[in-house]
Amino acid sequence: MNNAVMVVRRIRIGRLLQDRLHGFWMQMCLVLVFVLPLILASGMLYKSLLLLESIPLTELLFSKEWKPMSGRFGFYTFVVSSVWVTLLALLIAGPICLLTAIHLTQYAKTWVLRFMHPVIDILAGIPSVIYGVWGILVIVPFISNYLGPFLGKSVSGYSILAGAIVLAIMIIPFILNILIEIFKNIPPELSEASMSLGAGKWQTIKLVQIKKALPGIISAFGLGMSRAFGETIAVLMVVGNVTQIPKGLFQPGYPLPALIANNYGEMLSIPMYDSALMFAALILFVVVLVFNFASRFIIIKSEKYLV
Amino acid sequence: MKNKKVYEEKFFRVLMLLSTLIIATALVLIIFSVLYKGFPALSWEMLTQVPKGGFYFGREGGILNAIVGSVYLSTGATVLAISIGLPLALYMNIHLVRKGKLVNILRFILDLLWGVPSIVYGAFGFAVMIYFGVRVSLLAGTITVTLFIIPIMVRAMDEVLKSVPVGLLESSLSLGSTRAETAYRVFFRQCLPGLSTAVLLSFGRAIGDAASILFTAGFTDYIPTSLSQPTATLPLSIFFQLSSPIPQVQERAYASAVVLIIIILLTSTLSRMFSSKYQNNKINF
Repeated sequence: MNNAVMVVRRIRIGRLLQDRLHGFWMQMCLVLVFVLPLILASGMLYKSLLLLESIPLTELLFSKEWKPMSGRFGFYTFVVSSVWVTLLALLIAGPICLLTAIHLTQYAKTWVLRFMHPVIDILAGIPSVIYGVWGILVIVPFISNYLGPFLGKSVSGYSILAGAIVLAIMIIPFILNILIEIFKNIPPELSEASMSLGAGKWQTIKLVQIKKALPGIISAFGLGMSRAFGETIAVLMVVGNVTQIPKGLFQPGYPLPALIANNYGEMLSIPMYDSALMFAALILFVVVLVFNFASRFIIIKSEKYLV
Repeated sequence: MKNKKVYEEKFFRVLMLLSTLIIATALVLIIFSVLYKGFPALSWEMLTQVPKGGFYFGREGGILNAIVGSVYLSTGATVLAISIGLPLALYMNIHLVRKGKLVNILRFILDLLWGVPSIVYGAFGFAVMIYFGVRVSLLAGTITVTLFIIPIMVRAMDEVLKSVPVGLLESSLSLGSTRAETAYRVFFRQCLPGLSTAVLLSFGRAIGDAASILFTAGFTDYIPTSLSQPTATLPLSIFFQLSSPIPQVQERAYASAVVLIIIILLTSTLSRMFSSKYQNNKINF
């Protein structure tokens, strides 16, 4: 009798201990996630402080002079390249995603959905280096052999446009998944009300659904842009990497992530160079942060007022 | 007037169809063009040998170092990420189920971390390594990639666990099981297909990412035998070979790309199979 009680108690203590220990580990993991962004941000800030103390922020962002050897660090050319590539990628991917999302959620038959679902998934899973290989194999020759001559220009193909096209395809699955989710979550009553008032299907989509989905669409584009802004290897492989302000679509550029990737290994001997590259990483981090907050904010705001 | 309406709809439907087609064609084009270029250069020798002298000038050898290195690195990172990500995802959906606000903040942070470019993780990892005087190594690369895939894995697992009805949690707790037991004996089993999909998704991310290991894992012609040695990886191997001016080396880059694509497609098919096959073992509500 006594023995049995002991056994039961021991088992109970064992189970509770297990629970406690496990709860502790779970809390540690939780803390890690809360702390990780702080560590990332403060670490990068700490490293770039050296640069920020000696050169004012406005000069860093708006000076065109990039001469690490003589201590001149102007990020303007790289920022402009990044903005060009990113905006252009969104310009290509945005309409395609929006139209496809509407098609898949409103018009498409089941077999199309069944086919497109894996397509989007696989597209999202392809590594960026493969996109880069594809860019070199298909996009770059296409631009230099067909598109360039067609427009009467002789170009190498390694250009802002090539980077943007590759990036566009890369962010399509990302944006598309969000958009599909948004269109699926629009209450059907809205469309029913619209149709019962005599609007056609397309009118309902155009005037009711898109209007309702607009904040979501904007934030999806925002998130897609922030993704494109930080994409490294694929862009690096096709964009040409020449330190100059791109004057046209067919000119090479040099976006920020490519700058980091190309130079970070060998910068230790030049003073402040690693600080400068860390600053570039910090810019990427801050941009992602801002875009995430902004798109969250847009969605929350719209949910308050638009219901 | 009526005509205009009809034509507008027709016009846009054509556009929609076209953009859907563009996406499907892009995928086919990507896979086909890489396979077309890479398959002729792919050989048994390439898969089973490490680079020999003059490999990067077009001589003999293979990319076994990169294949094994990649598998080591991403398997290690996935295992590490599971040991942090799975408890966290369970914690969010079992212990914190009544603290919606906290969980939402956590989800936001995870989304944020997911959005952070992998090059930032790489650069940060490298800076930390310099600070502590650590050399490029398999271990450093693995940890960097782990940090990079944790948010992906947790968010994917969270999406799955979120769908478990509260009733299951309540009935498990009311039968006297502890929360840890509920987590692993009930929730884990109930969601196993979805969780394994999340794991495979993260594995795919880990094996395909190049920017985060560019400075942290290094590159070598040998297969690493300990955690402190540098390791080659497939994405970087493709990248380096492709930047060579020699045609044979470039062709090998395409062949390596084929290997990487096949691994990715395999993982993706496997995860699709998991999520459909083990669906039957679920308790249905």
